[in-house]
Amino acid sequence: MYTMNGARLIIKLLERQEVELVAGIPGGANLPLYEALAESRRLRHILCRHEQGAGFLAQGIARTTGQVGVCFATSGPGATNILTAIADAYLDSIPVVCITGQVPMSLIGTDAFQEVDIYGMSIPITKHNFLVRSVEELLEVVPRAFALALSGRPGPVLIDVPKDVQSAEISFHQWPEPGRRLETQPADRQQLAAAAEMINRARRPVLCLGGGIIHAEAAEEARAIVERSGIPAVMTLMGLGSMPAGHPQALGMLGMHAARSTNMALQDCDLFIAAGARFDDRATGRIVEFCPAAHVIHMDIDPSEVSKLKPANVSLVGDVRQSLASLLPLLECQERRSWWRQIQVLQEMYPMATPEAVVPEKPYGLILQAAAMLGEGGFVATDVGKHQMWTAQVYPLGRPRQLLTSGGLGTMGFGLPAAIGAALANPGRQVVLFTGDGSLQMNIQELATAVEQQADIKIIVMNNRSLGLVRQQQNLFYRQQFFASDFQIDIDFAAIARGFGMPAYSVPDNGELVGLMARLFSEKGPCLLNIPIDREEEVYPMVPPGAANSIMLGGSHVEKCQA
Amino acid sequence: MSRNVRLENCRIPAAAGMVLELTVNNHPGVMSHICGLFSRRAYNLEGIVCMPVGTGAMSRMWLQVNEAEKLEQVVKQLQKLPDVLAVQRHEGDHPVFAGLTAFTDSPRSTD
Repeated sequence: MYTMNGARLIIKLLERQEVELVAGIPGGANLPLYEALAESRRLRHILCRHEQGAGFLAQGIARTTGQVGVCFATSGPGATNILTAIADAYLDSIPVVCITGQVPMSLIGTDAFQEVDIYGMSIPITKHNFLVRSVEELLEVVPRAFALALSGRPGPVLIDVPKDVQSAEISFHQWPEPGRRLETQPADRQQLAAAAEMINRARRPVLCLGGGIIHAEAAEEARAIVERSGIPAVMTLMGLGSMPAGHPQALGMLGMHAARSTNMALQDCDLFIAAGARFDDRATGRIVEFCPAAHVIHMDIDPSEVSKLKPANVSLVGDVRQSLASLLPLLECQERRSWWRQIQVLQEMYPMATPEAVVPEKPYGLILQAAAMLGEGGFVATDVGKHQMWTAQVYPLGRPRQLLTSGGLGTMGFGLPAAIGAALANPGRQVVLFTGDGSLQMNIQELATAVEQQADIKIIVMNNRSLGLVRQQQNLFYRQQFFASDFQIDIDFAAIARGFGMPAYSVPDNGELVGLMARLFSEKGPCLLNIPIDREEEVYPMVPPGAANSIMLGGSHVEKCQA
Repeated sequence: MSRNVRLENCRIPAAAGMVLELTVNNHPGVMSHICGLFSRRAYNLEGIVCMPVGTGAMSRMWLQVNEAEKLEQVVKQLQKLPDVLAVQRHEGDHPVFAGLTAFTDSPRSTD
């Protein structure tokens, strides 16, 4: 017989889930939970400075390990603050369990102090959510939340726990089994055979690897397919890392900021195989003109994604790793020489980066420089903006889970707390964060968390004193009216970081960058390097929002397309 | 092209639609989950009836929908909700709504 209060029960259940890190902030409505947390020997609490930071820190843990990231917030403003990070996890299918405090049951519905209906607010941005109405329910709800977060298509689950439920006593005889990932049904055999035949017969197929490849740990299976069947592979932003960037059959990212050659190859393909990808508009451009000549094979664990935006000729609903593994023996070995000749011509005509663009003072160059210094074992986090797209374009990512980036929601402020979470969940491995001056300011308070926890993160601020990607759209599509996108003051980010107790450097104009970058990476613990970037440096090529992927602006050798 | 043809062939009279019968867990948030799904995904919901079943651990809901084109998506999305235990489709009208027209057809006095 075990007797304890609801708060201790939650903490014990988390320990039984083998959770090690909990990010959060205490407040009036979750103090019983924090009292129990203080007594735990197995859980380490990471105190953040804003609940959104706690949510993203939990994501950093989840994205690098594949395990559930856990975060705590109090009721009212604590809970509303964490919602953006939960929505972000929902759109990128990241397993997160968020436990919020709520006002006592007797006060629910009375507009009590710090009361909001977080259950109602979180419905559309969680995979599932719970308002726990009795302490007994916790025995079922907590393991179930973990099972839901991990099973099928992963996602966030929110548990709202009123304060009196945290304080209520419970006696029970048996611990519930911890929540685990449940197995899914394999894909239909006939559809598998149909897919194999379609691939074997295709002359110009392309395999598109999405975030699902990473969630399902299916990178090896994908690579085997690509090599056996001679198929070129493209990746979505969320799928980057599933094929090493240097692999001869990897064409990099597709979509709005893809290499020109990649989008052009897709225009010509006769079979598009989406594996764990969901036809997001940033990847497909105007969907009716996407891969116009292609049949579609769609592999996804979520049946509602198949044919949601583009009708699939063959659908393989199930775990993508299993689907790919079952497909492999059905495929003929092929070289597809003429298709590759066509692609190589495009790649030679339209290289992603020119020699002038990869000097260390330029965005591509400094990203490649940082990559060389970080080495292969490190993690790469980005915020959202130009620096993010430059990183996605040229960083030589070598393995799944290496890149942490906010894809679906595109949340500025994601990077710093996510990088801290990655560093804390992976001791001994460095994390480089590429951020911008705009993004960093959105969660800059987490510099304090990084210093307090001595997280091994190396922050590179690509500082163009503007909201760069907004400015770029104004430049291209809004009459060059740079309204509200250029910052009017210069911020000394190195001084600010030092104010938080973090070693920091700033590259002076025309200053020596490589030496300072070497110092950044040799520093123990967190460190920041501010690098000025020209405001006019744009991200090219670019597909205008809403346009077809065949319409790309800018980029090297653009003049060749204007014939 | 093929889409136009399909629409021509299966044009549904304006009044008729489809009724989805759901078996769901009965707790205070279920209605929010279902109605929220319809509004968030921009599906129209014409009518809704909900009653507890048996001991009250489950409820049955009848949803009147009129979106032939989006129906597959609606059903798939409903099936993803953990509180939805079963989804059944009924073509056209359903007797559960028939009895209700007596209430909607006669204008109610407001005083």
